[in-house]
Amino acid sequence: MIPAQFDYLAPTTVEDALAALAEHGDDAKIIAGGQSLLPVLRMRLNAPEVVIDLGKIASLRGVRDDGDAIVIGAMTPHAVVGSDPLVAEHAALITKAVEHLADAQIRHRGTFGGALAHADPAGDLGAPTLALGAEFVIAGLGGSRTVPAAEFFVDLFETAIGEDEILTEVRVPKHTGWGAHYEKFVRVAHQWPIVAVAATVRVDGATIAEARIGLTNMGNTPLRARTVEDALAGQPATDAAVRAAAAHAADGANPPSDLNGAADYRRHLSTVLTRRAVLAAAGG
Amino acid sequence: MTAVQDAPEAQKEIGRDRRRKEDQRLITGRTRWTDNITLPGMLHLAMVRSPFAHARINGIDTAEAAAATNVVAVLTGADLGETQGACINAWPITPEQVTPPHLPMPSDRVAFAGEIVAVVVARTAAEARDAAELVDVDYEELPAVVGLKNAIKDEVLAHPDLGTNKSAFWRFDSEEAGTGGNVDAAIEKARVDGVVIEREYRQQRLIPAFMEPRSVVVDPTGEQVTIWSATQIPHILRFALAATTGVPESKIRVIAPDVGGGFGGKLQQTPEEMIAFAVGRRLGKPVKYTETRSESLVSGHHGRDQWQKLTLSAEKDGTVTGFKVELLADLGAYVAIVGGGVPVLGAFMFNAIYKFPAYQFNCQTVLTNTTWTDAYRGAGRPEATFGVERMMDELAAEVGVDPMEIRKQNWITHEEFPFTTVAGLEYDSGNYEAATARAMEMFGYDELRAEQKRRRDAGDTVQLGLGISTFTEMCGLAPSRVLGSLDYGAGGWEHASVRMLATGTVEVVTGASSHGQGHETAFSQIVADRLGVPFENVEVLHGDTQIAHKGLDTYGSRSLVVGGEALVRAADKVIEKARPFAAHILEASEDDLKFHEGRFQVVGTDQGIGLTEVATAAFAAHNLPDGAEPSIDAEATFDPVNFNYPHGTHLCAMEVDTETGAVKMRKYVCCDDIGNIVNPLIVAGQMHGGLVQGIAQALWEEAVHDDAGTLVSGSFVDYLLPTAADTLSFEIDHTTTPATTNSLGTKGVGEAGTIASTPAVVNAVVDAVRHLGVTDVQMPCTPERVWTAINAPGRGHDGGPATQEAAMPHFDPDAEPGPSSTEGAGA
Repeated sequence: MIPAQFDYLAPTTVEDALAALAEHGDDAKIIAGGQSLLPVLRMRLNAPEVVIDLGKIASLRGVRDDGDAIVIGAMTPHAVVGSDPLVAEHAALITKAVEHLADAQIRHRGTFGGALAHADPAGDLGAPTLALGAEFVIAGLGGSRTVPAAEFFVDLFETAIGEDEILTEVRVPKHTGWGAHYEKFVRVAHQWPIVAVAATVRVDGATIAEARIGLTNMGNTPLRARTVEDALAGQPATDAAVRAAAAHAADGANPPSDLNGAADYRRHLSTVLTRRAVLAAAGG
Repeated sequence: MTAVQDAPEAQKEIGRDRRRKEDQRLITGRTRWTDNITLPGMLHLAMVRSPFAHARINGIDTAEAAAATNVVAVLTGADLGETQGACINAWPITPEQVTPPHLPMPSDRVAFAGEIVAVVVARTAAEARDAAELVDVDYEELPAVVGLKNAIKDEVLAHPDLGTNKSAFWRFDSEEAGTGGNVDAAIEKARVDGVVIEREYRQQRLIPAFMEPRSVVVDPTGEQVTIWSATQIPHILRFALAATTGVPESKIRVIAPDVGGGFGGKLQQTPEEMIAFAVGRRLGKPVKYTETRSESLVSGHHGRDQWQKLTLSAEKDGTVTGFKVELLADLGAYVAIVGGGVPVLGAFMFNAIYKFPAYQFNCQTVLTNTTWTDAYRGAGRPEATFGVERMMDELAAEVGVDPMEIRKQNWITHEEFPFTTVAGLEYDSGNYEAATARAMEMFGYDELRAEQKRRRDAGDTVQLGLGISTFTEMCGLAPSRVLGSLDYGAGGWEHASVRMLATGTVEVVTGASSHGQGHETAFSQIVADRLGVPFENVEVLHGDTQIAHKGLDTYGSRSLVVGGEALVRAADKVIEKARPFAAHILEASEDDLKFHEGRFQVVGTDQGIGLTEVATAAFAAHNLPDGAEPSIDAEATFDPVNFNYPHGTHLCAMEVDTETGAVKMRKYVCCDDIGNIVNPLIVAGQMHGGLVQGIAQALWEEAVHDDAGTLVSGSFVDYLLPTAADTLSFEIDHTTTPATTNSLGTKGVGEAGTIASTPAVVNAVVDAVRHLGVTDVQMPCTPERVWTAINAPGRGHDGGPATQEAAMPHFDPDAEPGPSSTEGAGA
């Protein structure tokens, strides 16, 4: 488990990082928390000549309030995001998902932006950010641009981040007062989800006024279960009503088949987990 | 210091839950593992491994690698020739066994993915690794055979020159052996007027997954070649090195320093050890090789991997009349050191604790193009225990009685010990009733059954199942004569010596080689009691052939029951050698001396002398009897007369989510009879760890090869090991019937939890959903398999059988060996 040799750069500003990226191009790889990249390097599945570490760029860390959104710095460790009161108040779905993300050690090393930029379809943050309609701020030498979540996740391990760009922050629209639940299905605790469902709902009395649902590992990217969302709007938060809506969870999904389950099994799971997630979110 | 350790001096050491002497250094890492041994001028090895499961090697171009920075040599099998020795099979189970030659580094053909084809030697491990990627091997891929049921057809051959994949067929028949009746007659009779249960079970392939990857250091710069290796078997490795390389055994010293676990996975003479030995000798420089975890998973031997075809006959009331076992066992690409023998160890255990009147065991071992298999915690006995305990549950369901009742109806009662079984073993002691009664009480069996009924009646989403495993096993390997009768290539004795040092401390040398078990603590306790010396004053030495010159190492739960008995006998010899010295010094008659708590006392007086004082006197040798040899040190070699038979009752409650197939352990209790206990804390550690390992087979672990022979579960992402977060705290207790075949009355515990727990868990999972028509779920019981079993067609539930073949294996009419069966499981 010895990686191939590489040069290591640790810029202290985003501008320096972008300059380094421009200089080394294809030969460079960005490292955030390293929880996905290091195993890849150690198993020699990738051998970049230069590794650019964003860990020393202070401006990329932290959570702040920005009016109708909260902004999470890309290099904020999961553990910080998971315990942040702003996130808990305005984007509880993220708090719930981080609770289940990997294990405590990884939550302290891994970063919010690093995990999202890695775009593992089984990663736990894609579905909640998609469900919450987050926006991804991507910096390039020519300035920053903002990409909606629906366009950020392009394919398996592929995002809208260009080769000469860096994800700097994620803006999450406030969903203050929305109930939230992340229903993650695993065989052992530290595993990537076989399927997970991120659900957040605004309940008005006993009625589900609005619902946002994201699916993890049900395709090459995180998916929005829009049919279910539409079916839930205006329905009572009862088992029967939610069950009927959740039956559509896998509509349009294209889940993988692997040692943990065939695609059809995952489709079935998504309906059960969606029902449970929505009921839990609606129940408080 | 803990309160326990401040207990009064008079307290016996045996039975105390002593904290382990070795743990401070093991936990803090301030010790020597093989990988942190660094010698002057040491070179590092990296292995080039075949990505193909079966391929001809048309050429190996090493030029570019050899020219890389700080590379000293790049060597192939052809370069090393005969100096690389061979990997031995020490247990050919039949004279006709087909055994492919196993060179550490073949030069013409590879037979599994991960096999070594070249070795790079460089000044650093990183440079060796870099250069290994530059070795260009010209492979011509050959068809690979993967999976027992493919291999048995002999259509694609793992080793074309052998002409067959069938290695050996081994049978035990109770009628032929005179230990019981004719099993086929019993089955035929039951077909007419009784009950016949026919099932086929899969023992999936497992990976031992010890914590410390394997590592070897070879120092050829002295008169002797010294090898440090993360091995369970330093003595056997030394023998194998000498026997296959021609280097005199006296010129080889093998050291197993602190070793981080093995579970049987380090009971091997590995290609890596042989290659390091050959390279070190060739270059005249110290060399080190430490595997990566990926290499460990693909090239360290695997375990289990059987198909079990089982036929149980009984009278209508559930009294068993016969049991027939037909196994296919996957050897992988080679017959490992005891690989062929592992399933044969199960031959004596399928009858378990029961009085089966007729029994037959058939085993066909089979070669495939996969990683070789060998011992893994329990080795043959977990497979057997799983088979019989699953079958007893199926019989109970068929007869319509509680699964514990069917066991009671068939087991050996405590009045019947010693009992000669239908497999020909004599069980010396045990009390199944007592262990079961205690376990049932701890479990709250009746209350849980009532809850199960409530949930079934209410149609709860989450159902409850109770699983039983009333196991026994044969351990304490092993009586040498028995091993001889099984064509095993060595004996089963163990050796110990006790050295009384001049300053009053005691050195104990054992041929058993600890790799995490706590030998140093347990053996210190034994010697402290036996010789009456303080626990702290006993030093246990092991794992170095130069210090422990004689031994057969550690596996098969043998260290305490065989090695411990050797130690007791050596200690007793010390006392007897010291007695005349004490008498001489005390000017008393030997007959008047009583040895008690470390002192020779002249009976009826206050005159006496401590054993350690006698040791000092023997060291000075100033005042000994005329002509006496000035030593009270002693050694003993003990060959057991019988195996050792721990047993226990394990009860497991599992919750099954019928919507997802997810399973969750609710409760696990066990009451084990392991005879007298030397250290309850170490026993608890063995039980908890062993249980998790057995539960992991039931629920999580499986080594999977794809059709091309690539190990798909080649990292811990896909080979699922549980952590503490996935288990609960097990409730363990003990009943005691001392073993009659060793002085301390002890029984082995190293494998008990692993052997017992697997069927308890699967029985519980099946019990939870049996009312839905499920009679089996293949291991590991993944949520998908459980869900599929519940939702298979004809069960009155929705949902298609997405992976039906995985969930519901049944008899294949074309499968060998033996006649086909008609009643499929769960049909």
